[in-house]
Amino acid sequence: MKGKYWAKFLAIITVLAMLAGACGDDDDEVSGEGFTFGMILVGPQNDRGWSQAHYEAGEYLQEQLGATMIVLDKVNGADRPEITVDQVVDDMVAQGAQLIFATSDDMKDGIELGAANHPDVPMVWSSGDSAWADGEGYRADLDNLGNEMGRMYYAKQIAGCAAGLTTETGNIGYLGPLINDETRRLANSVYLGAQYCWSEVRGEDPAALTFSVNWIGFWFNIPGVTLDPTQVANDFFDGGADVVISGIDTTEALVVAGQRSDGGDAVWAVPYDYEGACEEKPEICLGVPYFNWGPAYLEVTKSVIKGEFAAEWNWFGPDWDDLNSLNTSGVGFVEGDGLSDDSATALEEFIDGLAGGDIVLFTGPLNYQDGTPYLTDGEVASDHQLWYTKQLLEGMIGASASN
Amino acid sequence: MNDRMRRIGLAVLPIVLAAAVAVLLLLAVDAPPLRSFNLVWNGSLGTTNKLADTLLTWVPLVLAAAGLIITFAAGLWNIGIEGQIVIGAILATWVAREVPGEAYFIIPATLLAGMIGGIIWGLLAGVLRVYGKVNEIFGGLGLDFVATGLAVYLIIGPWQRAGVASTSGTDLFRAEVWMPEVGGFSWLALTIAVIAVIAVFFLMRGTAFGLKLKAVGANNRSAFLLGIPTDRYMLAAFALCGALAGLAGTVQATAFHHKLVPSISGGYGFLGILVVLLAAFRTAWIAPIALFFMALSVGSTQLSLRLGLDSAIGGVLQGVLVLFALLAGGVQAKRHLGKRRVAGATLVES
Repeated sequence: MKGKYWAKFLAIITVLAMLAGACGDDDDEVSGEGFTFGMILVGPQNDRGWSQAHYEAGEYLQEQLGATMIVLDKVNGADRPEITVDQVVDDMVAQGAQLIFATSDDMKDGIELGAANHPDVPMVWSSGDSAWADGEGYRADLDNLGNEMGRMYYAKQIAGCAAGLTTETGNIGYLGPLINDETRRLANSVYLGAQYCWSEVRGEDPAALTFSVNWIGFWFNIPGVTLDPTQVANDFFDGGADVVISGIDTTEALVVAGQRSDGGDAVWAVPYDYEGACEEKPEICLGVPYFNWGPAYLEVTKSVIKGEFAAEWNWFGPDWDDLNSLNTSGVGFVEGDGLSDDSATALEEFIDGLAGGDIVLFTGPLNYQDGTPYLTDGEVASDHQLWYTKQLLEGMIGASASN
Repeated sequence: MNDRMRRIGLAVLPIVLAAAVAVLLLLAVDAPPLRSFNLVWNGSLGTTNKLADTLLTWVPLVLAAAGLIITFAAGLWNIGIEGQIVIGAILATWVAREVPGEAYFIIPATLLAGMIGGIIWGLLAGVLRVYGKVNEIFGGLGLDFVATGLAVYLIIGPWQRAGVASTSGTDLFRAEVWMPEVGGFSWLALTIAVIAVIAVFFLMRGTAFGLKLKAVGANNRSAFLLGIPTDRYMLAAFALCGALAGLAGTVQATAFHHKLVPSISGGYGFLGILVVLLAAFRTAWIAPIALFFMALSVGSTQLSLRLGLDSAIGGVLQGVLVLFALLAGGVQAKRHLGKRRVAGATLVES
């Protein structure tokens, strides 16, 4: 009697679950026909870097959903001094945009104003922290503005490991942009990856690894204002480095390494930002860490179409089962031809370690550069500690702040 | 009568030609020309909101151009105007950020600070030119770099904002020290620009100072021999231009961006040089020409948004129009020259 009751109950539950599953599938087949979204880019849409990655995510949305994209590129004070981000938001809303992506940290003021001016239109500020309740820039009043960002620190650790496995001189240079929480976080990630693979994988003396950071002052070269990245890259190589890792938007590190390689030097480089960045000089490229915004943007867009949008801060990660999947992995790393076969094997093991959680590099004890504790013994960095990185780590050479 | 018709024809011809080329260009990129012109019009001057936006960008450009009228009159290529705008914006920012007080005190103080900044930077170029014998083009260019470098340093250094948006400029100024608006129109900025243009117009046309300045520009040596203290006049020209440039920088910081950004000058200094050249150094013409430029810049955004055109198309259209205006100017100048030659030849023959 009792058993029968349970069997019935289980059967009902199973049917319900299947129904729910079927409904879930239906939900996933959201159509974006007639749905319009705006994409505001800070650089040219074909910059082979940050902005192109966003633009391609927009194309991905068009493909996946049949939605329509309105795009405006080069929205920055130098290229378009005559317009502001909130004006672009006004224009896009007037043109029927039902969701707007503002894709640079630089757009903070403009997109926050735009979101306040159009409280009924969902918006996303990528790389921002305005929707993070624990964040320092939280704006509880803007419930139509969410944030998206990729956990690039994983791919940067992989980049660092590739450099640590490859370097012959034990000297690695990091070509940094300007100094802020994000760029310090990424420089630290590269350092930890390099240090791990240098000492733990290769068994070298940790103290024998030189890791220097030199910040040029901006995301790209501005003649007369920033340091010249070509010059900085050359200085690194002249100073004994044989791998230079780029944290800036442009490919000078790879170009300089290529020239030196052509001249007979054994040197390598790691570019940044764009999946195809190695193409410029594949044979000395160790690989490239890059963003893939498509999957995250697809989720947001679907939620808007379904009327379920909530302003959330989403720090999305790689898909460890398929690191370079266009459909699932938000952060990727493409191995370069410059990586030796042995190194490639070791790098894949390192990636597996990250994936399985056996390797967690942001684990204490770790000190900041001035000796103050960043993570205590055994402490694993929280999102907050990672996001708001206040200094470079002990053992790194270079400035932690710009003044 | 006939001559007048011809003159009007010559003035209109480049416009017609430029429009024709613009149409061809638009057709080449598969854009409907009429709709495109309509979009640019509605996106810049055709609606009240857009008109207000466009006029606010017109202010710094026309201020820069008005200042350049003065330095050009003195025969000076004030390339340093970009830096003068930047330093003006930096000092205005300092006041807006650091000085406590009520709006009715702070807003005039930002304007004053901006002017002082521009004057200092202008005089630096002037002193290098007059006493250091450094050509003002080189000196000015160097000072531009220094000013931009200083702005970037302040933004990512001492005036850095907390969090991720550190390159987007300083924190926004408190709202009460922004330049006031009515119905979206930044009336104070507009008033300043209109007064500046009128003042420069009369300065150059109706005052002894203006006349002597032109003498300095036309022939420095002769002017000096005739008793004009040319050094002082050149310095005065730099200072006046610097003051107007500093005002432009102030408007950029306190009315447009409401903060200091790395590219605070907006390139309006260099664009101002082009405006003055197109206006053939006539003050009355800089206002409409500057408005035309800004309408095209602001309006052509719509070509990207609505028609998906490459963002460079607006710039190319602008370039085509400028080229034709310059060509027309060149043709006219050549005709004048030709006439004079013909007249001279007749004289010799007779």
